[in-house]
Amino acid sequence: MKIIVCAKQVPDTTEVKIDPVKGTLIRDGVPSILNPDDANALEAALQIKDADPDTTVTIVSMGPPQATEMIRECLAMGADNGILLSDRAFGGADTIATSSQIAAAIRKIADYDIIFAGRQAIDGDTAQVGPQIARRLGLPVVTYVQKIREFKDGKVIVERQLEDGYEVLEVQMPCLLTAVKELNTPRYMTVHGIMDAYKADIPVWNHDDLGLAPECCGLNASPTQVLRSFTPAPKGKGEMAAGSVKDMTETLVDRLNEKHLI
Amino acid sequence: MAIIVKTNECKGCGLCVKNCPFDAIALNADRKAVVGAGCTECGKCVDACPFKAIEKKSLAAAEKKTVNIHDYHGVWVFAEQRGGKLMNVVIELLGEGRKLADEIGTELCAVLLGENVKGLTDELIGYGADKVYYADAPELKSYTTDAYTKVIYDAINEYKPEIVLLGATHIGRDLGPCLSVQCETGLTADCTKLGIDPEDKKIQQTRPAFGGNLMATIVCPNNRPQMSTVRPGVMAKAEFDKNHKGTVIELKPSLKAEDLRVKVLEIINSVENQVSLTDAKIIVSGGMGLGRPEGFELIQKLADRLGGVVGSSRACVDAGWIPHSHQVGQTGTTVKPDIYIACGISGAIQHVAGMKESGYIVAINKNEAAPIFEIADYGIVGDLYEVIPAFIEALDAKNK
Repeated sequence: MKIIVCAKQVPDTTEVKIDPVKGTLIRDGVPSILNPDDANALEAALQIKDADPDTTVTIVSMGPPQATEMIRECLAMGADNGILLSDRAFGGADTIATSSQIAAAIRKIADYDIIFAGRQAIDGDTAQVGPQIARRLGLPVVTYVQKIREFKDGKVIVERQLEDGYEVLEVQMPCLLTAVKELNTPRYMTVHGIMDAYKADIPVWNHDDLGLAPECCGLNASPTQVLRSFTPAPKGKGEMAAGSVKDMTETLVDRLNEKHLI
Repeated sequence: MAIIVKTNECKGCGLCVKNCPFDAIALNADRKAVVGAGCTECGKCVDACPFKAIEKKSLAAAEKKTVNIHDYHGVWVFAEQRGGKLMNVVIELLGEGRKLADEIGTELCAVLLGENVKGLTDELIGYGADKVYYADAPELKSYTTDAYTKVIYDAINEYKPEIVLLGATHIGRDLGPCLSVQCETGLTADCTKLGIDPEDKKIQQTRPAFGGNLMATIVCPNNRPQMSTVRPGVMAKAEFDKNHKGTVIELKPSLKAEDLRVKVLEIINSVENQVSLTDAKIIVSGGMGLGRPEGFELIQKLADRLGGVVGSSRACVDAGWIPHSHQVGQTGTTVKPDIYIACGISGAIQHVAGMKESGYIVAINKNEAAPIFEIADYGIVGDLYEVIPAFIEALDAKNK
């Protein structure tokens, strides 16, 4: 089987902190990581490869040149090759432009049976690019895949997570599936894999390679624009309890009563 | 990108029409190929044309001139139903949609798809919809990406709404991106605040980014419709008014077998996932301060005593102490209960982003410097294993 995995290098948002004085983001020293849901997407692909060694797994990522490090990480986990889409012209892309660029790259790769992506990236949390790529390629899509049950007759049977349960879906291949963390537990890199990944050649494609004019990329091709950004205002400080544990909890019950909350 | 037909080269053979997987190309009266709105630019027609009369061009200009934003009017709400019941977020969207529509001076409409759910149209009108676009077909009984995208995209094309709002549910977050590609328009995900620019009447969509560390206000100036998914539990619900009048417009869905490439085999409601944090009036949440997974038994005990449900921080979910369905915060559920009790939760910004709108926030934490106290209405510095039992005792004492 031929598998493409869409992956993104993201800042670890759990490590992002706010400058308490200026109220701005502190980005220095925030590590860049393989987006967590994308690690599940890759693991799903690698499990298919475990079962059928005749499988190739190709990573497609878009980002700055240093994102090749993350692609090497994917190779060290077991992916066969990786391609980075990187170009100044891609800067400022919203999800519509991003999906158009990644879809163009996948069209160029041309030969695939299944595309995996993570449900969403933790820096933007939009969950849009996966289904948008599928739509641009004219492929069926299933988002929030929590289990892959079986492949049969050119179809795949998957479970799609819902807020109040899940649904079992039968999908025609080729298709695009987006992974949630419940799908699997991503494997670690192997020592052998790290050695090979270090030497691997990772092609970098720009807008010319994708056959897209610069005005059809990045900010120019993005319908949405950021009008302004700001740090959320903290709420005013409330009351701090005082006294013994008994005093504090009794006052709490009083407060809830006063406000008719209980 | 755009698919361009060079009309002087086109011989009207119709091979492009036969090869188009999306039924998006047709011959006009002069037997010249015309690309329709359903085009996904897959390029099949380019390959199929023996006269090289069709080409795919990177033409930003071609893309932009396709839409005249002044043709678009009205605010639409996607009336998501599951098993014949409207999702709560639909009522919230109607509440918010009403405000937006009034500010623009336009109508509020709902789009309802399903099988035999016409009864819901009255409900939607009662909650403020001036019009309900309703499509009834067996293929629409449960959500599938292909069928819902096709029917709603066709309706958007025909009736041209200026704004489309969807709940940021697992279904809305699947449907929204597909519609945005079909319409080649912007979609802002997981909005927590919407407003109308008083000058140009365009929507301003505010959403958290970077795990809630930053808020961004997004606009979509030149494309239509302007689309947003909205976090469930954030907007105020519309009031029901049985005297509100509205009209129902039946959509005629035209679905073919090839539109339905995903088949729903079964839908399972699992008890484990039925936490319904969004609807809870009282939430008691536990964090890493519990020290061990068994700590959630105490959290559960307090939640049961108050008639609430159990929430959790992301760290506990990542540690495998409790299922993801309990997670409150940026990557979990946004909640707005009357009472939120955070036990052993330090108050990482991504958690706070998901609960700070709660009515009354109680924080219990050993560390008096924990950021959770910054937003708490009532803070107790202490060991939660002492404080919670004492709190339950105090509640019991009060009830006597």
